[in-house]
Amino acid sequence: MDFFRELTKGIIKENPVLVIALGMCPTLAVTTSASNGIGMGIAFTFVLFGSNFIISIIKNWVPPRIRIPIYIVVIATFVTIVKLVMAAYTPALSERLGIFVPLIVVNCIVLGRAEAFASKAKPVNAIADAIGMGIGFTLVLLILGSIREILGQGTLFGNNIMGRTYNPALFMILPPGGFLLLGLFVAFKQLLSKE
Amino acid sequence: MFAKLLVISIGAIFINNFVFSRFLGLCPYLGVSKRLDTAIGMGFAVIFVMTIASAATWIAWQYLLVPSKSNLLYIISDLLGFNLPPSSFDLTYLETITFILVIASLVQFVEMVVQRVSPMLYEALGIYLPLITTNCAVLGVSELNTVVYHYNFIESVVFGFTSGIGFTLALILMAGIREKLELLPLPRAMRGLPLAFLMASLMSLAFMGFAGLSFTK
Repeated sequence: MDFFRELTKGIIKENPVLVIALGMCPTLAVTTSASNGIGMGIAFTFVLFGSNFIISIIKNWVPPRIRIPIYIVVIATFVTIVKLVMAAYTPALSERLGIFVPLIVVNCIVLGRAEAFASKAKPVNAIADAIGMGIGFTLVLLILGSIREILGQGTLFGNNIMGRTYNPALFMILPPGGFLLLGLFVAFKQLLSKE
Repeated sequence: MFAKLLVISIGAIFINNFVFSRFLGLCPYLGVSKRLDTAIGMGFAVIFVMTIASAATWIAWQYLLVPSKSNLLYIISDLLGFNLPPSSFDLTYLETITFILVIASLVQFVEMVVQRVSPMLYEALGIYLPLITTNCAVLGVSELNTVVYHYNFIESVVFGFTSGIGFTLALILMAGIREKLELLPLPRAMRGLPLAFLMASLMSLAFMGFAGLSFTK
């Protein structure tokens, strides 16, 4: 029961991007296509999973005064693993995501979950939290990426879906379109949530 | 040389502005842009940290990670009498861990020095310094200097400094606008973050005008 609650809270109720407004940089920078969004989401979920799990295991041995540097080293280790694996198996994706894969280290969501949740939780709950937050993040990236790809290029996952006569709105895959769309997303979320 | 530095500077401030075109440092950009005076303090702290972090991470990259005759680990092993070629000291895949540790300890160190040397400066910048460790603009500038663009030392420092100026420009412009918009009657859904995103969208559209600048001969 506990497990399930920790798992689902990250998807809508405490969605890291829409509600807490963390981790904006990759959200906007890599969502020029749906496949970029998914790739980034999976890399991010793996890092969060690994760091949450390790930190919840070692939490009793970490001296409180130097906990942040220790968390950062744990996170950076998993980021390096992801970076090398992606460069080996999905070189094209790794090329497109560029510096935003190493930048997962300073993604506020990962450090935020380590500090706010994993450092106090049981390993099982920390894993559930990581998977939930990862799914929430990936979903936002996927939806943003799909909309921007459909409007900006007329394609989805590289397949033409808007027909030949569609004139792509280049605006949507350029930076201003990203800001605009995420702004509308957050506005929509605020409209739905009743305080 | 000077011309190249000028091109790097104008590129970093206007054409590839960190906030509007590269999407780096958005968390502090949205978080600290509610008031003009805090935006100015944060901006100067970022310029300061990005400049010294560019220098420090470039040195770490060149003398610890890249395999060469001047690699520190190679020199040590040579002194100890191991007969290893420089190429066996290729640690470039550790750049993320190295950079974040260098940046984190540097920020901590700068904070202590500033506190001792200039209490007034500490008063102004102090609360922003710890926040900057996890600012992706700082790690981003280190990665761009070394892994992506392969700048030399002077180019790296200039790129770090001017990127900080570009970030500060964006931050101060945004804070000025948000202060004016504070009293605007808005539907509940648009208050706060969504409006900030719309402003950022319009400003980044304006900055895209600079993309027309071209420096090829």
